Amino acid sequence: MKAGVVIFPGSNCETDTYDALNYLGFNTEYIWHRDSSLHKVDLVILPGGFSYGDYLRCGAVARFSEIMEEISRFADSGGLVIGICNGFQILLEAGLLPGAMLHNKSLKFICQTVNLRVENNTLPFTNQCGAGEILRIPINHYEGNYFIDDEGLKELEDNSQVVLRYVDENGEATADAAPNGALANIAGLTNKSGNVFGLMPHPERAVEEILGSVDGAKLFLSAKISKEAVS
Amino acid sequence: MSKTTRDVPKYQQLGLTSSEYEAIGRTLGREPEDVELAIYSLMWSEHCGYKHSRSTLKKLPTTKDYVLQGPGENAGVIDIGEGKAIAIKIESHNHPSAVEPFQGAATGVGGIVRDIFAMGARPLASLNSLRFGDPTKPRQKYLFEGVVSGIGSYGNCLGVPTVAGEVYFEDSYEGNCLVNAMTIGILPKSRLITAKAKGIGNLVVLMGSKTGRDGIGGASVLASQEFDETLQEKRPSVQVGDPFTEKLLIEACLELLDKNLLAALGDLGAAGITSSASEMASRGGVGIDIDVSKVPLREPGMSPSEIMISESQERMLAVVEPKMVSEVEAVCNKWGIPATVVGKITETGKMDVYDGKEKVGSMPVISLTDEAPIYDIEPIMPEYIKEVQKMGDVPTFPEDMNATLLKMIGSPNLCSRGWIWRQYDHQVQTNTVVLPGSDSAVLRLKGTKKGLALTVDGNGRYCYLDPFMGTQIAVAEAARNIVATGATPMAVTDCLNFGNPEKSGISWQFRKAIDGMAQACRHFDIPVVSGNVSFYNESFGKAIYPTPTVGMIGLLDDVEKRTTTPFKDAGDLILLIGQMATVDGQSDEEIFSLLGGSEYLKTIHKRIEGLPPELDLDLESRSQDLCLEAIKNGILSSAHDISDGGLVVALLESCLYGDIGAKIELAVEEESFVKIVVELFNEAQSRFIVSLKEKDLGEFGEISKEVGADFMVIGKVGGDRLIINDKIDVSIKEMKKPWEEAIDSLVE
Repeated sequence: MKAGVVIFPGSNCETDTYDALNYLGFNTEYIWHRDSSLHKVDLVILPGGFSYGDYLRCGAVARFSEIMEEISRFADSGGLVIGICNGFQILLEAGLLPGAMLHNKSLKFICQTVNLRVENNTLPFTNQCGAGEILRIPINHYEGNYFIDDEGLKELEDNSQVVLRYVDENGEATADAAPNGALANIAGLTNKSGNVFGLMPHPERAVEEILGSVDGAKLFLSAKISKEAVS
Repeated sequence: MSKTTRDVPKYQQLGLTSSEYEAIGRTLGREPEDVELAIYSLMWSEHCGYKHSRSTLKKLPTTKDYVLQGPGENAGVIDIGEGKAIAIKIESHNHPSAVEPFQGAATGVGGIVRDIFAMGARPLASLNSLRFGDPTKPRQKYLFEGVVSGIGSYGNCLGVPTVAGEVYFEDSYEGNCLVNAMTIGILPKSRLITAKAKGIGNLVVLMGSKTGRDGIGGASVLASQEFDETLQEKRPSVQVGDPFTEKLLIEACLELLDKNLLAALGDLGAAGITSSASEMASRGGVGIDIDVSKVPLREPGMSPSEIMISESQERMLAVVEPKMVSEVEAVCNKWGIPATVVGKITETGKMDVYDGKEKVGSMPVISLTDEAPIYDIEPIMPEYIKEVQKMGDVPTFPEDMNATLLKMIGSPNLCSRGWIWRQYDHQVQTNTVVLPGSDSAVLRLKGTKKGLALTVDGNGRYCYLDPFMGTQIAVAEAARNIVATGATPMAVTDCLNFGNPEKSGISWQFRKAIDGMAQACRHFDIPVVSGNVSFYNESFGKAIYPTPTVGMIGLLDDVEKRTTTPFKDAGDLILLIGQMATVDGQSDEEIFSLLGGSEYLKTIHKRIEGLPPELDLDLESRSQDLCLEAIKNGILSSAHDISDGGLVVALLESCLYGDIGAKIELAVEEESFVKIVVELFNEAQSRFIVSLKEKDLGEFGEISKEVGADFMVIGKVGGDRLIINDKIDVSIKEMKKPWEEAIDSLVE
């Protein structure tokens, strides 16, 4: 399966993501933000980082990159897209996912490993996870406090678009379990058709035993297996 | 200010003395022009010229077969095999941070990272060593929070993980906090480049941000003077960081080097174009022309002097063959980085400054660098030394040892640093395999079996009491922290923070510290490959504790053998490598003196006195050899060095990080309360707490015989309490909260 990792000026997790995907057996390529083609990949990943320094709202500049038009078309035609952290923020800004990010409630940057509950394991990004399985994956952000209006939240919940929720060690989605204050403890979600996935945690940091967790690998491998099942 | 600036001659406003001003006149054979005066004032400032430290620093050992680049370049570089090399450097940003903590600390990170990629290395990880005053005071809180946030915001944006560090709170840093930033980078040996200008006729290319009025006089006004009531007036001398541009600059420079397009590369730090251009020319033994009218400006109307000395951040200077210039421009353009030809390499041996066609300054390069004045201030032992080294009377120790331990573990110097490192991205680049909180951070080296251990250590209080011994201990403790992970120490980078070097007492502290460092580094055979001196750390005439900080890097041949601080498995034996501190037959006074300079004496009895622990370098080596060999043989479950807070704090930390208890039986023969308190809390050197499986005890004993090191079995891992004889009995769960939340409760 061919995956493409998009590089924006200021991306800084592109190499980690590239290395993780190759480690998991993907055939991976970089895609430059000024490219006009997606190099015929099966999966597009927008990696973490600080595109354009996050000097405006996170992702607000990167969404205007030339490559984003192509990514929108790819997503509209059912192509698999994952946005990680800053990549998630770009997808929100681009309107490919609903809602917005606020500053963490602590007004501090947070880097730590969190517990995430898989809320929907029927997606191409989670089919290798058990229902309600708890994943241990690091987060690393200043703006991960997800927000959407009541109507939007109802729609997300009704359509099972919430994919990952911050939970405590007992698997409960308590208010304290969301370190950034995210609404309804939302850590990751998809679009209505389930082919565009945004998440604040960094699965590429949890694909090898030596890094302390391999739970992130399940998300990437789900995409791989779902694609291989189709073809 | 008491005098109006009109009353003071210009050279003095710029920080030059009258004899220095006369020396400039002699060198030029005439009165200096404005541009020249500005340039000399910076190049001859303490910060750029090292005029009070150059002669003393020569005592440090700097060479070894694997040292590819020692001191004198942007960073030191060591060969780690398999065609790879590591660049390493630490640098202070104390005064900017004291004036504006967020930007001061942020640009400190930016500066040290530029030093690393200036050598052709990709920045791999950062560390920092911080000192503040009492954190319960509002201004100290503001400085502490601002500095941590500034370091995080810059490093996180760059994608360079901040993996380790240290912070201490002592009153002596109240008027002058310390912010020492360290970075390492990795490079293929073939990409190594230096800031040595070469090739007459080659062009000088300025890359990166436009030049503005920010940071003018940073090196002279800010870094080379003491603080007084004009502190806030110095705010305009602090630069402002732009990590996004720096990130693009890293990518652009590394791509330029991969394509072999540059002849030399240097970063623009203190004194901006002035120091970068003159030092590059000096190293290459060539002359250099700079045309200030070519420099892209952020604001109109800047004078040639301002352009030459601006410390605007995120800029690099490269020497490029004329035929390569268009390719250099193309790479920079891809990354959105301006690149402009601003000068050329000449055979004149002079730095000639032009404003368009008009020559506005002309100075022999060597007069700016090697011929900067050197001062040898007579060292005199300061009065305070005799006074503070005396131990007062033996106090009444608090009876409740559990309460004492609780107070210690929740104190600012001993509590968990989680509040800090959660604000740093410590995992980006997916190399960090031992996270912050162990003795050293460990990085794996992708594509090899190897690992790197990194630490930074200093103890200002010890150095205040005895700068020679304190500095030796800083080196020994850094090496112990490296060894505790299973790595072999390879190189040191040092940041030497002291008061005003024009004072004989500071001169004494500085020389003693360097003597201590030189002797310890020679003993351990660890070269000092780079470093930085920061003088004038005084406010209102009062100096900080002399604070040499030691950054150290170690190499693990097999990263899978790395060992960490936490106890792992119930039933593991707990061993003390090294000896008990007390011996039989000592008087209470003699026993009590072993607490000199300790965290216990400061936290519990509010006393800062005595002599720091003794360090026997041979004994230290043997203890380290035992720990390292045992780790290499794969028999240790955990290893942790004993330092601040003594044996009991080391034990408790291994319990807290491991979420498991321990039962300890110390063989204190006589039942003396003084003795048990001292055994628990003294900070005797050359010791580790390690744990292992009972079946491996025999093998451990064999190694100890081979290396000639002492050890004793003192207990077992297990349960959920730390129990020591009948003196300590605490629940790990109950200790965890005050330890973890101490900083939160201090700053929130």
